[in-house]
This record gives sequence, C-alpha cells and structure tokens, in this order.
Amino acid sequence: MTNHSWSIVTTRFGYGQRPSARPNGSPKAWLSRQVQNYDPRPARIMGLPDSEAITRQFSDFRLRRDQDAEAKRAARRALRSHVQDAIAARIELAVHTTAPFTERLVQFWANHFAVSTEKPGAGPLAGSFEAEAIRPYILGRFADMLRAAETHPSMLIYLDQAGSIGPNSRRGQAAARRGRRRVGLNENLAREILELHTLGVRSGYTQADVTAFAKALTGHTVPVLRRFEQDKIYGFDPSLHEPGPKTVLGKTYRDEGSREAMRILNDLADHPATARHLATKLARHFSADIPPPALVSRLEESFLATGGDLGAMTLTLIEAPEVWAETRQKFLTPWEWAIASLRAIDTDEFDPLRARRMIVNLGQDLWQPGSPAGFEDKASKWAAPETLHRRVEAAQTIGRLGARHDARTLGPMLYSGIWSENSATAVARAESPAQAMALMLASPEAMWR
Amino acid sequence: MIINRRNMLGGSAAIVGATMLPKLAFAAGGGGSKRLVFVLQRGAADGLGIIAPVGDPSYAGLRGALAEDYADAPLIGGLFALHPALERSAAMFAAGEMMAVHAVASTYRDRSHFDGQNVLESGGTRPYERKDGWLNRLVGLLPEAEASGIAIAQNIPLALQGTHKAGSYAPSRLPDAADDYMRRVAQLYMGDERLHMLWEESLATRAMAEGMNGSGNMRQAADVGALAARMLSGEDSARIAMIETTGWDTHNGQSRRLDRELSKLDTLIEALKVGLGELWADTMVIVATEFGRTASINGTSGTDHGTGSTTLLYGGSLGGGKVLGDWPGLRQSDLYQARDLRPTSALEDVIASTCSSHFTLDPELTKRTLFPGR
Repeated sequence: MTNHSWSIVTTRFGYGQRPSARPNGSPKAWLSRQVQNYDPRPARIMGLPDSEAITRQFSDFRLRRDQDAEAKRAARRALRSHVQDAIAARIELAVHTTAPFTERLVQFWANHFAVSTEKPGAGPLAGSFEAEAIRPYILGRFADMLRAAETHPSMLIYLDQAGSIGPNSRRGQAAARRGRRRVGLNENLAREILELHTLGVRSGYTQADVTAFAKALTGHTVPVLRRFEQDKIYGFDPSLHEPGPKTVLGKTYRDEGSREAMRILNDLADHPATARHLATKLARHFSADIPPPALVSRLEESFLATGGDLGAMTLTLIEAPEVWAETRQKFLTPWEWAIASLRAIDTDEFDPLRARRMIVNLGQDLWQPGSPAGFEDKASKWAAPETLHRRVEAAQTIGRLGARHDARTLGPMLYSGIWSENSATAVARAESPAQAMALMLASPEAMWR
Repeated sequence: MIINRRNMLGGSAAIVGATMLPKLAFAAGGGGSKRLVFVLQRGAADGLGIIAPVGDPSYAGLRGALAEDYADAPLIGGLFALHPALERSAAMFAAGEMMAVHAVASTYRDRSHFDGQNVLESGGTRPYERKDGWLNRLVGLLPEAEASGIAIAQNIPLALQGTHKAGSYAPSRLPDAADDYMRRVAQLYMGDERLHMLWEESLATRAMAEGMNGSGNMRQAADVGALAARMLSGEDSARIAMIETTGWDTHNGQSRRLDRELSKLDTLIEALKVGLGELWADTMVIVATEFGRTASINGTSGTDHGTGSTTLLYGGSLGGGKVLGDWPGLRQSDLYQARDLRPTSALEDVIASTCSSHFTLDPELTKRTLFPGR
C-alpha cells in the first residue's frame, strides 16, 4: 500500500470526513476496526417499526379495500410515512456514522438485494428489509443473507412471490376446480435470484431451471396478506407448495416443503458462478467500472475458500493493492456525494427529508433503483452533464448551510494531499463564505473517489 | 468643473461627517407600520461604478474604457452619474425615493470577502468577534408585537442571526445558481478533463433549452422582490427583511457584469416597491456591500478588492434625490493606500442613523446596540 491520504481513503471506503470527527491511525487499521466492531443494530435504525408491524398494517389496509375513501387515504398515508421515516433515519445515520465503511457495505448489499419503494406493500418495508435481512449478515455467510433476503416479506411482495401458487398444491387444485385461471406459479423471484442475486446473467441456467426453482419456492409467502391467515406474518404455507421433486441446475431436490427452497438457495450460494458474480460487483464498487481481473480473482477465491464468508471477503478487499490505487476513477454516486457534502459542512441544521429531495433531484432516491437489478454501479451512469449541473447547483444550497465554515482552511483539511492549487485559488477568490463552500463541494476533489 | 479636496455634497442639510453621521432627515416617523429591507451585495460591489463620479477629473483616467459606460448618463448632484442599468432607480432618484451615500466603508480595512462580510453582518469591530448580527439586534429594538425579521433565503444569514425572532423563506425548489458562481465552477474544472467536458456540455444544453439566460435572471430578481414584498405585507408580517445578492466580485469583464447585476438590483427594488403598494411610503431599503474595489481598472477590464464604496437608500418617504458624503477625490494622493476610494463615512453610522430615524429610535441606543464598540 502506498502512502495514502485520508481524503481518498475516507471517500473511497466511506462518506468523506466530518471535520469534527476525523479518523486517525493507519487507514487499514481504520477499516478493520470497523469490521471488528461492527454494530448491526444502530439505534437510529432500530427505533423504527419492524416488518411485522408494517406488514400487519399493510394487511389491514388491504382489508379496508371496500371501506370509504377517506379511511383508505389515511391508511395509505400511514404506510407511506414508513418510507419517509426510514429514509430520514438512513440519511441521518450516514451523515453521523463513525463507521462509514460498514455503512457503505450495508448499502452495497442492500443494493444487491434491491427492493423498491414503488411497489405497494414492499415499499413501506424497504427500511426494515435492510435492517433485518441485510445489516445482520454483511460480515457473515452469504448463504445466510441470501435466505434472509429471499424470505423477507418485502422481497416476497416486491418480486411477486407472495402470490405464487403451485398448480398442484392443495390450493392450486382447489382454485382449478373453481375454474380460476389466474391462480398459479409466478417465476419472478426465482428468475431474479438466479440472474441478479446469485449466479448472474448468462451463467448457464435454463428456463426449466427457473420454472423448477419457482415451484420449489412456492409456499414461501406472507400469510397475513391472505385473508384466511390473519395471525401469521412470516412463513411457509404448505397448502401453496407444489408437490414432487424438482431439478435445478442438474440436481434433483426431493419435496421437503419449506426446506427444499432453502437447500437450493444454499447450493446457489456456494456456486462458483455466484462467487464470480459477487466478486465482480464488489470489485467494481470499490475499484473501477471495469474492475481489475486480479482483484476479482482474489475476491472470488476468498469467497470459495471460506464457504462464502463475506467478512473474509471484505478483509481480502482491504488488503488488495488495487483498491489503494492513487488514481481516483470512480465518480461519486448522487447518494455518496450528497452524504459526503452534508458531512463536510458538519451541521445538524439540515432536514433529512429536504436532503432526500435533493438526492432525488440529483438522480437517485433511496430504495428506488427502478429495477430489481438495483442502482447501476458504473460511474458513467452518474457522471453525466445534467447530473453534474444539478450537483453544482446543490453545492450552492449546501454551501449556504455550511457558510459558517471557512472553506479556505476546510478544503486543505478535508482533501489533504489532493487539494489542488486551482481549487484553493477558486475558493480563496470566492465572493462569500457560502460561495467558497459551494466551490469546495463542487470541486473535482469532492467528486471522485 | 473644479473639485476641491473636500467637496461637501448634497447641501448643508445633509452634510455627512467622517466619523459621525448626523440624523438623516427623513420624513417623520411614528406609526407602527415601518418596514426595513437590507440588501447585501456580497462580493464587494464597485461603488465607483454604481454612482460614478464622472465629474471628478481623475475618473476617466483611472477607469479607462469602463468610464465610457456613463457617456450618456445624466449627471446627478453635479458630480455623479447613476449607472445606466439603474433605470427605475433613476426615476426614483428624481422622485426623491432614492439617494446614495458615497465613499462609505465599514470599520474593516483589509480585503477579504469573508472577513469583510463577517464584520458588516455581525456589526462587530473585528472578524468573527460576534456570533449574532446587527439586523437581529435591530429586531430587538422594535416594539415586541411587531418585532420579527425574515431572510429571503433558504438559511438565515449572519446579519439576521441571534436571539430575536427571525426566519427565512425561499421557494423549496433548488434555486438557479448565480451566473458568477457558474463561471467560477468552469474555472474550477479547467484542470479536470472529464469534469470540464461534462460541464461544457451541460452549459451548452442548458443554454439551448432556456434560450439566452438574461431574461430568466430578470424574472428571478423580480420574483425575489415580489416575494420580499409579500413577506413584509399584512398585519402580522415581518417588519425587517434581508435579501442577499451576489455577482459583485468583478475582477474581469466588469462592464458587462456590473450592467447585469445592477439591472437585477434595479428590477428587484422596483418589484419590491410595486409589491408593497401603499406600504412603500413606510419602507426603507438599505443596499450595502462589504467593501469597495480599486479606483483604477485592472489588466482584465475589471477591478480588484478595494475599500470605499457606496451605500444606496430607497424608500417612499425618503426625501432623497441626492448623493451624500464627503467626497475625498480621486487623485493619487487622495486615494486610500494610493489605490482605493478613501472612505469618509462609516457604514455603521449610515446604517444606525438610517434605522434610528426610520423607526424613531434613540440614535445613541441604536448605534450602541447595532454596532457595539463603535
């Protein structure tokens, strides 16, 4: 590792620096300390309602369908407020955290298992999904995260699994006898697990694999959403499960009810294609749009050698020379830039929902990636003329909030080692403290990681 | 025209001393409906360009091509010309609703925008000495029932920060960034090939989408003026408002840039006046900047940071139509440090006198409260 400046380290592996809480020690120690002391239950997040409470609320809302418009509107508003609350908490945590590296990992894995606030039912659960299915597992075994994510009500609703019914299951047959043709298998979750969450696209699975896997997944649903099961939130409903053995990727799984899909998920988690897929994504996120092949290989080997231990893979990442390159290649995402800017001005006087509106204006809303693939992780996606323009305008707004700081001293401190003569001059010549802060936040030093 | 070293301006009724400004003779106060608007020109506005001393024999020589802008401008107060972009202001000047105090500076004598604005806004004698602002302390001097201030901005600027009631209001939409800032960003990206490319492209696209941007600027200036008027109208509205303007740091291409910024200022004040309607008679507007600019033009058709500038006052009952101040002259030996307009009036005095007169407050108490230690 070369003699690295904190300004690069904290941006590449975190959300930039807060002037009042600057890191110390060696950069690697700073990262591994965060891995060792990881707290999967930050208070700001744990104070929010859990999935059980929100799912029940959603179920009540659905039962209200026949009621008057005003009651429905109020219920919809209440559900939407969970999204706002979770986003506000997420922004505040990111701005204030002393463990920005592990927070970045949470975001990385949450984006890997993307859910969307746009989907009714799944949306209000986006925050609790991250808290329950991602946070506890970012340094544990991938198979555990995979199972938690795929059986979480938010994912089951988002990718339509909650309504999937085995054609030959008890309920499937009953529906067929009543002549209801719309009832049946939904392949959405099975396909996205294979394509996005594990093996990766074009890794060799077939349509038959998708269908068989979808059959194995039947029964994993959100019982409370079904009128006849008001008591159970999570879980497996055997009356929906497709009977008989299923063959996925050449391996035949006998019918074991709920455990059947879990066995398939475990096998997918261990698959070499999964190792390569995840290694490529992780390397791309922390190094460059086109990740160095050697880095991908090392992460892949680490994953396979440890049985999918994400903690071990994270340590391999920290040790890799490629992620310590001096060249800053990656354009910050709108989210990263906004959070880093709010950290840089070191103020509590910002309204997180106003910050959210700004992030939306910059091209990203939290948990709204537009596709189950999550936000694209190529900088070219964000480094566009219009998005840069909006960022420069937002810098002006944030600059005003941070005008009590002197950007002339803050610049060289936050961007130590990389603060250019050109930026220093621009800041020094600014016509006001607010403009100086804006120029600092819009400077090239603040744009790349 | 022969200019004396100390040529008193504006007639004996309004002579301005170097250290103490006697009570400015405005229409009598009284009544509880007085309003005050403080317009801050951030970036050191060129007083010699706003109220140009075209009658001073040294002016044309110091200003070179910049002096040509005033060729057709009518003289005011014998010695000066109002910048031609201040069209509506000129009409107000003629109607007695506008005046200027020239060769003004705060107690601050260095040339940092940051420190200069801090001194001007806080009302302290040194940068970063105080945490609250004089405009906020002025709120505290008003009868409690009507005491509140509002900043037409997303955040409360230092001048209005403090223990007394003050808020801020701006449309929630991200504001269009000022041209001056955009120009500086372009400079910032000169060394970064990728950002430079993206930036140029975005500017081109925006320009295409919006046509030329001049009209947008004027609309925005009018919107700010109208918004301020709304915030000051009505029984329970704020009595004191602050508006920040930028774009005054004219190191290069001053002619074009000053023309644009003054047009915006002119538009803003006109919109404020129209929006206030009858309340305009009870309103005082103070337009001030942190310091002035060099007396002579620099190598890039602009001016650099200087000292003395000018302060503009507007109001429906102002009794204006004059240029006040103790004109120091522009000969080399007259200039401050042989480069800037020498300040002969203290900005703190101008503000304190204006406020005490306008709100019928005790002048000594006002001065002491707004600018302690002065």
